[in-house]
Amino acid sequence: MPPSARRVSEAPSDSPDAAVRMEGVSFGYAEARPVLRDVNLTLPEGSFHFLTGASGAGKSSLLKLLTLQLRPTAGTVELFGEDVTRLRPRLAHMVRRRLGVVHQDFDLLDHLSVWHNAALPLRLAGGRTIDYGPDVEEMLRWVGLGERMAARPSELSGGERQRLAIARAVVARPRLILADEPTGSVDAAMAERLLKLFQSLNRLGTTVLIASHDEVLAERSGATVLRLEDGELRS
Amino acid sequence: MIGRLFRDEAALLPKDAGGAPWLASLIAVLCFLACLAAVGAVAADRAAQGWTRALRAEATVQVRPRVGETGPAAAARAAETLAGVPGVEEARALDRRAAEALLRPWLGEAALTDLPVPFLVTVRLDRDGPASAVSLSRALAQAGLEASVDDHSLWRREAERSAAVVAALAFTAFALTALAAGAAVAYATRSGLEAQARTIRILSLNGASDRAIAWLFMRRYGLLAAGAGAIGALVAGALVAGLRTLGGPRGLTPALPLAWSDVILLSPCPLIAFTLAVLAAGAAASRRLRSATAGG
Repeated sequence: MPPSARRVSEAPSDSPDAAVRMEGVSFGYAEARPVLRDVNLTLPEGSFHFLTGASGAGKSSLLKLLTLQLRPTAGTVELFGEDVTRLRPRLAHMVRRRLGVVHQDFDLLDHLSVWHNAALPLRLAGGRTIDYGPDVEEMLRWVGLGERMAARPSELSGGERQRLAIARAVVARPRLILADEPTGSVDAAMAERLLKLFQSLNRLGTTVLIASHDEVLAERSGATVLRLEDGELRS
Repeated sequence: MIGRLFRDEAALLPKDAGGAPWLASLIAVLCFLACLAAVGAVAADRAAQGWTRALRAEATVQVRPRVGETGPAAAARAAETLAGVPGVEEARALDRRAAEALLRPWLGEAALTDLPVPFLVTVRLDRDGPASAVSLSRALAQAGLEASVDDHSLWRREAERSAAVVAALAFTAFALTALAAGAAVAYATRSGLEAQARTIRILSLNGASDRAIAWLFMRRYGLLAAGAGAIGALVAGALVAGLRTLGGPRGLTPALPLAWSDVILLSPCPLIAFTLAVLAAGAAASRRLRSATAGG
């Protein structure tokens, strides 16, 4: 059991608020076809969802709306009952500290070691190395990177980098994990292993939303599958 | 705060994220120039004060002998009268040879032979409480002497005005170099933010506040400027010390008298450079990050 996930399970799971609520959300770039149209979505806390759709269907844009990288052109986005569309940009970090995000291209800092990459959210939240160090090491061992803590991301394989990105996403005990194509660059066996990792986190109470074009994996996961087609959500 | 300033065990910004050697060199040169400008301002002020003090401590009296009295006799009587005035340390009547020596550089040897040379009395005034031109004139009039007193006030005002202009120019040069250093740091910060857009995005998505990201740049450029400022101040200090050693207390020219304290004057340069860089980097980073988040 991952140390951080163990603490996630301690978070109140009977909150009346949904982890994610999107109402009438549309998004588009100026003078281009809308990327998302009138999306209505509710993810209860502790749920596990797959978001599927063809390339360009709007999966990444939807995740970027949830990570506050984009703002909707219409509608509201709520995270844990808080309307983040009205949030001042300078306060975005307060919301992001409650999220664990696995990016499509991993987004690791190449000048930092594996250990420092994994510890990043805890360090940025103002924690002290002496306090979070053991958690980081345990998390890295849990994802199978216990022997690579001093390595640089550039020295890792694609699968190892993926696992490092996941370790970083969950190390700060987030209430919601958002993963964008987390199995996109790994083989089937590794994809299966990563899916099990997300499932185990979800069983411990963490809300998980995975955007993936792999419909077979989504069906096999047992999670609720949402489909985005031409910017519209169909379940 | 101090601990955070120097904690760099795993810098969140890459080592080459801005703060390139060119910036350090530029700041060091600007700090060197700013130090010289500051020393120039202080030295000009010191020279002006010296000149003013010297002028204030002297007065010249021209005596016009009355009928039946010789010029040298009138000058001697004037010197005696003035010596008794409070605020006068010494009054000395110049003989014709001494008066001619004073006029020779202005009029030449030929003119002096035909010219009626004025009868002069030089007065050395008390530095702490000098007698005024009015009190000297009054004393001479009471003694029945016809004379005019020149307290050098015209030259003193000129010296003060010139020194004020030099000091203002030096201060302007100092302010402009400081401004240039700030602009260079602001430019470098903006470039650094552009170059490190990916790093900043990753930090931001992992919970870093704009303030924390701005602090990374402020810290990076603040320390860089402090180091460069120290180098610039050290070189300027060595130059000033060298000039002071070569020229003595009067410096290489009386217009810029140097003192050992001028070297100490340069010691706050690294701190000023650090503060300036932190402010410039903070302003540039905050503006850039604000526009980035506003743009979504």
